[in-house]
Amino acid sequence: MTAPAIALKVEQVAVRFGGLVALSDMNFSVSEGEIVSLIGPNGAGKTTAFNVVTGFLDPTHGAVSYRGTSLNGLKPHQIADLGLIRTFQRTSVFPNDTVYDNLLVGLHRQGRVSLLEAILGLPRARSSRRRLRERASELVEWVGLERRAHDLAGSLSYGEQRLVGVALALAAEPSMLLLDEPVSGMNASETHTFVQLIRNIRDRGVTILLVEHDMPMVMSVSDRIVVLNYGRIIAEGSPDVIRNNPAVIEAYLGQGAKRA
Amino acid sequence: MRAGIAILTVVAFASVPLWLRDPYLMNALITTGIFIVGAMSLNLLLGFTGQLSLGHIAFFGIGAYVSALTSLGFDAGLPFGFRMVHEPWPPIIGFVLAIIIAGFCGYLVGLLSFRVRGAYFVIVTISFAEVVRLVALNWVELTQGPLALTNIPSITIGLPGLGDLTLRTKLQNYYLVLSVAVIAYVLISRLVHSHFGRAMRGLMENETLAVSVGIDVTKTLTLAAVISAGIAGAAGSLYAHYIRIIDPEVFAFINTVTMVIMVITGGKGSLAGPVVGGMIFGLLPVFLRPIMAPEAQWIAYGGVLIVILFVLPRGIVRSLAQRFAKRRSRVETVAPVAFSKRDAAKEHA
Repeated sequence: MTAPAIALKVEQVAVRFGGLVALSDMNFSVSEGEIVSLIGPNGAGKTTAFNVVTGFLDPTHGAVSYRGTSLNGLKPHQIADLGLIRTFQRTSVFPNDTVYDNLLVGLHRQGRVSLLEAILGLPRARSSRRRLRERASELVEWVGLERRAHDLAGSLSYGEQRLVGVALALAAEPSMLLLDEPVSGMNASETHTFVQLIRNIRDRGVTILLVEHDMPMVMSVSDRIVVLNYGRIIAEGSPDVIRNNPAVIEAYLGQGAKRA
Repeated sequence: MRAGIAILTVVAFASVPLWLRDPYLMNALITTGIFIVGAMSLNLLLGFTGQLSLGHIAFFGIGAYVSALTSLGFDAGLPFGFRMVHEPWPPIIGFVLAIIIAGFCGYLVGLLSFRVRGAYFVIVTISFAEVVRLVALNWVELTQGPLALTNIPSITIGLPGLGDLTLRTKLQNYYLVLSVAVIAYVLISRLVHSHFGRAMRGLMENETLAVSVGIDVTKTLTLAAVISAGIAGAAGSLYAHYIRIIDPEVFAFINTVTMVIMVITGGKGSLAGPVVGGMIFGLLPVFLRPIMAPEAQWIAYGGVLIVILFVLPRGIVRSLAQRFAKRRSRVETVAPVAFSKRDAAKEHA
C-alpha cells in the first residue's frame, strides 16, 4: 500500500502583527483522509493558523498549498471553491434564518445556475432548486436537527448551533474540513455524539483538521496531533506519543508539574 | 396565499382607473408608482444586502436623462474639437438604454465601493449623485442645464396588429407604470428567492460565514447594485417620458430620502414593503394639501413617519406579518378551551 497523498501542506508560515509574533516557521502537512488535531494553550496561534490556511489572513512569510495548488493570495471564497471549508469558533450560523434556510445558503456552491435561468424560472433552475431542497433536508437529518429545521438558527442552543455550523460546512461539499473548537460549550454526551459525527464525516472521504481544547476528545478522535506553543510547533505525533511528550506536558501544566 | 394577495393587489390597482376619474389623483398615482419602482430597486440593496445607497436618485436621474436625450437627440461638443451628434431615436430605445447605462453606473459604483462597503458605500453613493447633478447642471450644451430638457416625447410602443400606440393620456401612462412595477416586482422576487438572493442575505447576516462557504462578496454585491441601478434607471425613464420635462433638480437629495422613507416604513427586506410605504408617503402630500398649510404638511409628514417607526419598528409589512404569524401560532398551540375562554371573556367585557 502506498502512503496516502498529502492534502494540505503548510511550509515555513510566519505571521506577525506588528511586533507580535503569532506564528513562526510553522511546518506541517495533513494527508488525504486523515484526522489531524492542532492543539496548544490559549494564544498559541491555533486560530491564526486556521485563518492563514483558509485565506482570512495573509501570512507574513511562507506558503500554504492544497492538493498541489498554492493558496497564497487567494480570497476565502476561492479557497472554499477548492473544497477547503472551515467552521468558526463563535459566529457559526445565520441567526435570522431557519436552520433549513441556513443550509440552503451553505449549498451555494452546488446551486449555481445562471442569473437569467433563475429569474425566468427555467427548468434547469427549478430542478436545481429541488435538488438543493432535498440535499438540505438530508443534511438536517444527518446532524440530527430535524425537529429544529424550521426554527430560527439564532434561537437554538449553543450545542445545536455548532451542529448547524458543521452542517453548513458540509453543505459546501468539502474535501477537507477545518473545525475550530467544535465541541467547546458542549456537554459530555453532546461531545460524544459529535465525535461519532466527525468519524462519519471522515468515513465519507473528508480530510479533517481540528483545533480543540477538549483533550479527551482530541485524544480519542485524532490520527495525529500537532502541538503549538508561542507560535511554534513543539511536538507532533500520534495521541500516545503526545500524551507522554515532556515538552507538551510542560507547555500545558508549566514547570511545576514535574516537581509535583 | 401570498400569490393570491399579490394577484388581488394587481387587480385592485388595475381597476383604479375604472372608478377614479380625477386627473389630479391619477397624476399623483402615476408619479407615486414611478417612485415605488425606484423604492423597490433601493430595497433590493438596502433590504437584501444591507447596503444603504444614499445617492440612489442618481441612477433614477441618469435613466431619466439618458432616455430623454436618446429620444430628443443632441449635439454636444467634446474636448479636442470632437462633437457628439445624435439624431432622435424612439423613446422605447431610450427606455432600454436608460436601464443599461444606469446599470453600468451601478456596476462602477459597486466596484469602487464594495471592497470596503458599509459607510464607504453610503459616502460614495452620495458623492456620485452630487457629481452627476453637477454635470447635469453645468454641461449645458448637452443637458440644457437649469433650463431643463423640454418637450420630451411620450413613449410609443408597437402593438402587433394595432400599429404604434403613443402613451399620452394619464390612463395609458398609469397602465404603463403599473406594468413596469409588476415586472420589477416579479424580477426582484425571483432574484431574492434564487441562490443569488440567499447569497445576499447570507452576506448581510454573517459575512465571514458566507465567505467561508464559497460566496463571492464583491460579485454578489456588485450584481445586486447593477440590477438595482438598472431598475432605478427604468423608473427614471418612465418619469422623463411622463412628466416630459426634466432638470437637474431631479437629482435632489430629498428624492433619495423619500425613497429611503418608503422602504424603511414599508419594511426593508420585504418585497411588498416599498409598495406599502410608497403608497403612504407618495399619496400623503396629496391628502394633506387641501387641509394644511405647506409648512404644516411637512410636520405632519414627519409625524406620520415617526409614529409608524415607533409603533412598527421593522416596517409596516414585516411587523404586521410577524404579529399575524404570532397570533396564528398561538391559535394553533394554545388549547382550544383556553382560547375560547379568553374570547368569551373579551366578548363579555
